[in-house]
Amino acid sequence: MSAISRIANLFRRTRIRREIDRELASHIDLRIEDNLASGMSPRQARRDALVRFGNPMVMKDRTTASDTALLLESIFSDVRYACRQLFKNPGFAATAILVLSLGIGASVAIFAFVDAALIKPLPYKEPARLTAVYETVPSCLLCNVSYQNFLDWRKMTRTFESLEVWGYARYALHSPEGVQSIDGTRVSDGFFRILGVAPMMGRDFHAGEDAPGAPRTAIISYGAWQKLFGSDPHILGKVVRLDDLSYAVIGVLPQDFHFSPRGDSDFWTALNDPDGCQKRRGCHSLFGIGRIRSGVSIAGAAEEMKAIAAQLEKQHPDSNNGFGAVVLPLSDAVVGKIRPILIVLLCGAGLLLLIACVNVVSLLLLRSEGRRQEIAVRGALGASLPRLMRQFITEGVVLVTAGAALGMALAYVAMRALLSLVPTNRMSANPYLEGLGFNPHVAAFAACIAVLAILLLSAAPALRLRARDMRGDLAEGSRGSAGQTWKRLGSKLVMVELATAVVLLVGAGLLGKSLYLLLRVNTGFTPDHLASVVVSIPKSYTTDAQAMELERVIQNRVGALPGVRSTAITNSTPVRDWDGGTYIWVSGRPLPKERTDVPERDVSASYLPTIGARLLHGRYFTDTENDPAKPRVVVINETMARQFFPSEDAIGKQLTYVGSKEKVEVIGVVEDIKEGQLDTPNRAAMYVPFNQDSWGSFNLVIRTSQEPGALLPTLTSAVHEIDKEIPVSHAAILTDDIRDSNSAYLHRTSAWLVGGFAALALVLAVIGLYGVIAYSVAQRTREIGVRMALGAQRSSVYNLIFKEAGWLVAIGIVSGLLCSVAAATLMRSLLFGTQAWDALTLAAVAAVLTISALLASYIPARRAASVNPVEALRAE
Amino acid sequence: MAKNDLQGSLDLLILKTLSRVGDLHGYGIVLHIQRASEDLLSVEEGSLYPALHRMEQSGWVTSHWGLTETKRKAKFYKLTLAGRKQLKEAEESFEQLVKGVRAMLRYA
Repeated sequence: MSAISRIANLFRRTRIRREIDRELASHIDLRIEDNLASGMSPRQARRDALVRFGNPMVMKDRTTASDTALLLESIFSDVRYACRQLFKNPGFAATAILVLSLGIGASVAIFAFVDAALIKPLPYKEPARLTAVYETVPSCLLCNVSYQNFLDWRKMTRTFESLEVWGYARYALHSPEGVQSIDGTRVSDGFFRILGVAPMMGRDFHAGEDAPGAPRTAIISYGAWQKLFGSDPHILGKVVRLDDLSYAVIGVLPQDFHFSPRGDSDFWTALNDPDGCQKRRGCHSLFGIGRIRSGVSIAGAAEEMKAIAAQLEKQHPDSNNGFGAVVLPLSDAVVGKIRPILIVLLCGAGLLLLIACVNVVSLLLLRSEGRRQEIAVRGALGASLPRLMRQFITEGVVLVTAGAALGMALAYVAMRALLSLVPTNRMSANPYLEGLGFNPHVAAFAACIAVLAILLLSAAPALRLRARDMRGDLAEGSRGSAGQTWKRLGSKLVMVELATAVVLLVGAGLLGKSLYLLLRVNTGFTPDHLASVVVSIPKSYTTDAQAMELERVIQNRVGALPGVRSTAITNSTPVRDWDGGTYIWVSGRPLPKERTDVPERDVSASYLPTIGARLLHGRYFTDTENDPAKPRVVVINETMARQFFPSEDAIGKQLTYVGSKEKVEVIGVVEDIKEGQLDTPNRAAMYVPFNQDSWGSFNLVIRTSQEPGALLPTLTSAVHEIDKEIPVSHAAILTDDIRDSNSAYLHRTSAWLVGGFAALALVLAVIGLYGVIAYSVAQRTREIGVRMALGAQRSSVYNLIFKEAGWLVAIGIVSGLLCSVAAATLMRSLLFGTQAWDALTLAAVAAVLTISALLASYIPARRAASVNPVEALRAE
Repeated sequence: MAKNDLQGSLDLLILKTLSRVGDLHGYGIVLHIQRASEDLLSVEEGSLYPALHRMEQSGWVTSHWGLTETKRKAKFYKLTLAGRKQLKEAEESFEQLVKGVRAMLRYA
């Protein structure tokens, strides 16, 4: 009740003040009356009454405070005062707010990404219990799962509540408009239940719907429902033709459903007619996903899976020799790669925010120098220390509020801009980014950093407010040694800024160098003027002979196009991902302890010459060796030659597939071609004549004499001239493909963003340094005037200023270099081909910063050197 | 006994005074405290008013303007029921304090 009446009293405070005045005055009058009665002189009576009463102004304020919620009122007036102060100094206000908003904006934008990617990467039910399950061999640590093994796992596991698998699929969708190549996924029956996702229309797969021979059904994505079926409300039960087989549509997935390990997928079908690979235990083509029972740890589940894999290894030594199983949190599988990058970016943004705050703090301190007298006067008039501190805190709050508001706007723009930089194909692999934006997490983060900034901004000037200084300030007036405290503190702050800028610059330099080295990695082929499309072979070509004939016709037709220099066929273009490979070893020699799985590329005879591979020994195979009747031959890469035949010539040697016991002869050795991501080390790989029976589709690669992008449409129409029913998709230019490949993309993004932060940091640090030196010169104008009057040369004045700046810069840079080596060691996983202590980068950063620092101090130094001694002395 | 470091005791003194004398203005309270304590206690007179106004906001006292014996206008304070209850509590806790301190002094 009292609080309410006190707030209500705020609105009639004039009346209340008047009443208090009257009451206090009546007290003093009564005392004077008594004093007079006891025989004092009128003057003495009045003085005695006032002494006994205490400071009437203070008593009045305290009494009013008892009656009204004065705090509210004075906060309001503080805010008004702070705003007025800022409007009076628009230059200062604009600089401070802009600098703060840059820092806050960058941090908030990056945090939004961190939030989207790391804090809630999995939009599923109880995501903490979801795991990714892989098989593992030394050559392929996180490897695909064999369907037969998976079926056994499912029977044997106790720690998993459920286990499911999914695998890539691509379907030719037949519609009245023609044939389209559509991305699909084949899943086990409980796939959607394990995620806790239900179709928004229709039903999920029944248990057992993935059994061999079950009716073919498909669940379609929301996107496919809209794009391909015009949001047909009667879609359920409709029959679609995929790869010449009929599937009944039984459900439509919710609009916000994403499964990022797969990326975009329009048709989800049950694994109900296992293909050849899925029937063989030794063939690994699927990905496992499991939900562990509540109360079971991931380590516990991993332990059990290891034991199960060991047991299967004993039961099926032929196919499972050396295969273990690994369990990882699904979130690791989804965002494991970008986590270190995001953390580095968040740290970078944090450092930028730090520099921004430090810059504003030094601006504030500088300004508070000019306000020493004002503050001293306020203190002398009875303002208490807490009251003065509140004024500083209020000013901090006003600045940060304005900075944060602008910063949020900047963050919004930055988020949109960063999102638009994400290529669309990457967007579907990271669908959580679509949820990017302002949400409670981001708002809470923004509030946290705003509070931190306020603390920092108000602490510094408030700390300066020591009562004992004030009397001196009052006497001292506007001039003299007032700048000492600030100069000491300000120069320390500049060192912090410079050191932080060094850390960011070194980080950016190292990431930039990594990107440079990565893009210049020897790929073992010449990617320029190469283009490729994926051609699917329709099911109407039933026999191998028909399919081979089709491949020949397509190659001939495309090869005859103007501008096409050569054509080739492969099952996979380079710079994708290493796969587990096939178990193979030298014929007649004992198997080594460790499995020797080698990724295999099925290629046409023209493939290696077309992509510009470099033959080291032997020869390439010829078109005729594509014939299954001929003795089988293989071209191996340099790493494989070294691994399999360390001290002998590989040409003419025989290799045996451990599983099928088939033999192949090595006829050539090529320089390593980077089949995996650019940042992966080279591995053994082999190239065998293209054998169409295991692949329903192939990559058609062409080398052109002109810009390859222009040829892509002609390429597609040339194939369609042969047969309109042949789906052609995934048109790509290989140089673009490499540029946009995972590793290049991740390296480029981090290099550019950290580079941006570093550039901002450099500018802010240099401005900070300029501020300190310029202030120091302004303070020392008289000293410099005296020196020059006594005969000092201009050069010695330059020396004086540069020496002062030099110390700051030297200490800042050296400590920054030390910190940055430590920081770079922490982000080692993001570096490629360069060390954390890369001398060139460190030296370059030191040079850039030294030069910028010299420029920043040159301007004030010149001003100092051009001081006119007469004027300098007279101005005082 | 000055300033607000013994605010609690100042409240007690004021409440006690009002309970003894009934209606009284601030100056009168000061005089009463001096007289009753045989000049041992003197308060900084101005500090009485923040305390009085706070007690009024808490509903322990009510106030009205009236005339003094010398026909001057002054604000008079009067204890409420809540104020009496508060006085009782304050007296008890003060007794406890005194008892405790005294026991300490004797022991030492």
